[in-house]
Amino acid sequence: MIPGKFEYHAPETLADAVALLGQYGEDGKVLAGGHSLLPMMKLRFAEPAHLIDLNRIKDLRGVRDGGNKVLIGAMTVENDLIAADLLWAKCPLVPEAAKQIADPQVRNRGTIGGDVCHGDPGNDHPAIMIAVDATFVVVGPEGERKLPANGFYLGTYWTQLEESEVLTEIQIPAFNDNTGWAYHKLKRKTGDWATAASAVVLELDGDVCSRVNIALTNVGPTALKAEEAEAVLAGQVVDENLIEQAAQKAMAICDPAEDLRGDVEYKTHMAGEMTRRAIRQAVQRARG
Amino acid sequence: MAATADTLERENKLEGIGCKRKRKEDGRFIQGKGSYVDDVKLPGMLFADFVRSPHAHARIKSIRKERALALPGVHAVLTADDLKPLNLHWMPTLAGDTQAVLADEKVAFQMQEVAMVVADDRYIAADATELVEVEYEELPAIVDPHKAMDADAPVIREDIAGKAEAGQGKREHPNHIFSWEVGDKDGTDRAFEAAEVTVAQEMVNQRVHPCPLETCGCVASFDKARGELTVYITSQAPHVVRTVVSMLSGVPESKVRIISPDIGGGFGNKVGVYPGYVVAIVASIVLGRPVKWIEDRTENLSTTAFARDYHMVGELAADKDGRIKAMRVNVLADHGAFNAHAQPTKWPAGFFSVCTGSYDIPYAHARVNGVYTNKAPGGVAYRCSFRVTEAVYVIERMIDVLAQKLGMDPAEIRLRNFVKKEQFPYQSALDWEYDSGDYETALRKVMEAVDYPALRKEQAEKRSRGELMGIGLCTFTEIVGAGPSKACDILGVGMFDSAEIRVHPTGSVIARMGTITQGQGHQTTYAQIIASELGIPSEEIQIEEGDTSTAPYGLGTYGSRSTPVGGAATAVAARKIRDKARKIAAHLLEVSENDLDWEVDRFKVKGVPGQEKTMKEVAWAAYNNVPEGMEMGLEAVDYYDPPNFTYPFGAYLCVVDIDKHTGETKVRRFYALDDCGTRINPMIIEGQIHGGLNEAFAVAMGQQLVFDEAGNILGNTLMDYFLPTFVETPHWELDHTVTPSPHHPIGAKGVAESPHVGGIPCFSNAVNDAFAHLGVTHVDMPHSAYNVWKTVHRLGLDKPSAA
Ligand SMILES: Cc1cc2nc3c(=O)[nH]c(=O)nc-3n(C[C@H](O)[C@H](O)[C@H](O)COP(=O)(O)OP(=O)(O)OC[C@H]3O[C@@H](n4cnc5c(N)ncnc54)[C@H](O)[C@@H]3O)c2cc1C
Repeated sequence: MIPGKFEYHAPETLADAVALLGQYGEDGKVLAGGHSLLPMMKLRFAEPAHLIDLNRIKDLRGVRDGGNKVLIGAMTVENDLIAADLLWAKCPLVPEAAKQIADPQVRNRGTIGGDVCHGDPGNDHPAIMIAVDATFVVVGPEGERKLPANGFYLGTYWTQLEESEVLTEIQIPAFNDNTGWAYHKLKRKTGDWATAASAVVLELDGDVCSRVNIALTNVGPTALKAEEAEAVLAGQVVDENLIEQAAQKAMAICDPAEDLRGDVEYKTHMAGEMTRRAIRQAVQRARG
Repeated sequence: MAATADTLERENKLEGIGCKRKRKEDGRFIQGKGSYVDDVKLPGMLFADFVRSPHAHARIKSIRKERALALPGVHAVLTADDLKPLNLHWMPTLAGDTQAVLADEKVAFQMQEVAMVVADDRYIAADATELVEVEYEELPAIVDPHKAMDADAPVIREDIAGKAEAGQGKREHPNHIFSWEVGDKDGTDRAFEAAEVTVAQEMVNQRVHPCPLETCGCVASFDKARGELTVYITSQAPHVVRTVVSMLSGVPESKVRIISPDIGGGFGNKVGVYPGYVVAIVASIVLGRPVKWIEDRTENLSTTAFARDYHMVGELAADKDGRIKAMRVNVLADHGAFNAHAQPTKWPAGFFSVCTGSYDIPYAHARVNGVYTNKAPGGVAYRCSFRVTEAVYVIERMIDVLAQKLGMDPAEIRLRNFVKKEQFPYQSALDWEYDSGDYETALRKVMEAVDYPALRKEQAEKRSRGELMGIGLCTFTEIVGAGPSKACDILGVGMFDSAEIRVHPTGSVIARMGTITQGQGHQTTYAQIIASELGIPSEEIQIEEGDTSTAPYGLGTYGSRSTPVGGAATAVAARKIRDKARKIAAHLLEVSENDLDWEVDRFKVKGVPGQEKTMKEVAWAAYNNVPEGMEMGLEAVDYYDPPNFTYPFGAYLCVVDIDKHTGETKVRRFYALDDCGTRINPMIIEGQIHGGLNEAFAVAMGQQLVFDEAGNILGNTLMDYFLPTFVETPHWELDHTVTPSPHHPIGAKGVAESPHVGGIPCFSNAVNDAFAHLGVTHVDMPHSAYNVWKTVHRLGLDKPSAA
């Protein structure tokens, strides 16, 4: 439980951080809250020679109002998401999901940026980001790029982020009055990753579901967008029958790894059950 | 004598037996000022770390240390070959077997200790372990104990392959350790043949780990100039460790000092002697410097003593009215690669034969077979007396299985079979003499408190709606306080315990015991016993344990033996002091001893108000004015050999609701009535019961050490190994009755393990009861959501509402 040797850098500005990343290439790794990276280093699964700590870069922290968007600094910790009135007002799914991540200690250090960049299918924010149509702002030696969350995840621990890039901000469109949302996560105990979880964001036009995103956590190599499940609901009046069909479609795309949380069958069924519950609650909330 | 306001007030000031006073130890603990082994820092101290086996079973072809030794800061790399000349590459276990200190030619479980690196700091040591090159030739591993005795099973212990026994009787196979049986087999067989109803059920007490918050470790410090060895160690039995260390190292016992400082929980994990201790001691002797070895969490869960792993078949024979006629149990015990369970030496299956429980069962027979597998050694008593959790589990599950077969209520069948109050002392079919009990009163009190009939009615309604609600009962009897030395010893040392009490001239007290607290609150409880016996406020009584150079010899703390044995020694030693004090008081008051009455904190001359001497006055006189011919001073020692065990009992009830779609079980209600005889500190008792129930909840609902087919241990971190936090933990409702032990000086029985022993079957019975109407007789623990869902799914109960 002791990491290998590494050098520690604590740049004060984003430009310095990017420069250091450029300098050390694949030997460098950005440190945010450290709650995913440090455990891997202690097990010596990761042995970066250079750690570039982003914690001193103040600009990367905090939640700002961007009009019809909410702008979240990559270094904002989970507890600050939970405490952000702006998020509860404009995009309540994010703090609601943050409350279900890990435990208070981890949430005090762990950042939303680290959670989305790590590429761990067990992390909760990737599915949430897909469900809320987030855009990731990343900065590298060549400047800034904007990447939609949907499509960002390529595989386990593998995203569109280049080695020399830093995620600086997450932009999320504000919810409308007719938006309903829910995140249902089954876990064994507090501090555990999901056995399976489902994020649902939808809009109702009268009784008709006019827009819907469904994304699943920890039932595949990455967070999964359940597009066929969405298609079942889109343009329809959502009832128990359709919910069941959507759940079945969501289950059909699950490809979870067996572990002590359960086998493939259990996790797939739980993804279905979490999806049922999330849709029901989202519809109820959309109705107001 | 009527209690006056004055005597009451004086009694309250003592904060003695019965007082809910705050714990003396908490001041330092809540300020983070405890002092644990890893807080010990000695000048020149080095750090040790293990190279461990990646395989469950393999031959070691070569070990190359050169690269590790070349790393600056590395002082030594020790292997079995280095320990061989000292004859320390193997060590005896408490169970009569031997255990490799460092793997000798082969490894027999994953993460077994292969080499120890000693370096300037723990970081260099960790780096160096990666540089030791070990070449292995993998061998097939035995993971399933049922396959251990197959004809073609690979031999795990080549070192004893040809031996007819391994310390605990005849062996029938190279992977067989012992066979142990008790009871009247023929009588039991006949009772089964004649019975109107019989039931049989397989069940497993899964392999779990006590997982104390503080892992195991030590600091060994050999002073070459003085020839003295001091070891700071996380030990529940420091005096026994000193004896073992002296025997192994050849250092005279008088020059070995073992110090158990504050201990962050033991739960049985810290009874034995581990390879880490032995190699750290050798390294300190060889290098002449202190050496610290501390396990990390994964090492703790993977290598130092596990508990349970009992694979049982329980059987009951009864008449149509549910009266039990006989019990039969067959157990296959998985002991891992070395037989290193920690039980009294003559008891290969501990006190498993208490498995007839709280019921008057005329015939019983139990057999336990121990086998080797390619897993870590152990089999310790995890917050229980030796194998008592297993015993209580099998009877408490079986009585429910029998009730189910008879269509009888689980409470009713218990009431019909209880040992009656008038039958105590009660001789059980498997030869225990239960000291005292009143089981029926306890169960009836619980049933009334929760309105049992209303719960059953609610359950019937829920069942008719397809909902899953379970009600679990457990009416357990424990056997604790090992033990009478005629029955119990450890490596030949009888299982007495001791107390030495000194009253100072000013009337304050220091007392030392052979036991060692690990969270039980001895510093408070023992002080309260002395306070009541001597009339000196518990606040002025200092309790010290754990340093073999100052404390009298004792066997340590496990199996709830501190109050039954150490507490008895304390009371008896205090009474010796009071007897001497009485003589001094009589001398001071110029009366005969018989003219004196003892009242709370003083001796009073009968019938002469005002003529009195307080214990404090007597203490002062003990150092300057004693009767002629009497020694000065006021102190006493007692080595207490208990005449019998004590038998705490309780009645528990648990209500669960199961989510059919996820398998999640919600414990809606848990009502625990405990009877531990005289209650010394009710607040400490409640705290211990909360803790024990939490650990029972943990075992029943989630804990398990899981292995894959190759013997790789899975889930050896706290991400997977279930330690419930207050978020998961149910609300506990506590209650009690008081049935004192007739043979204990203050009538106390020991309590901290009862909730674990009684809690586990109670949860399990509740979960099983939720499925009882569907024909399910038994599902094994842990009742995790995943496992419960498998039952739900198999029964087709999880159909979504719209499907
Ligand atoms: C006990 C425990 C339980 C947990 N349970 C959960 C859970 O239920 N759900 C959940 O989602 N997570 C859980 N986590 C993970 C936790 O939320 C982590 O905090 C999170 O995954 C990573 O965020 P971090 O800030 O700690 O990042 P770090 O660990 O510092 O970094 C993680 C990775 O992201 C990279 N990175 C970080 N920030 C940036 C950036 N701005 N730009 C580019 N790359 C970056 C790092 O280089 C590293 O590769 C748990 C962790 C623990 C220890």
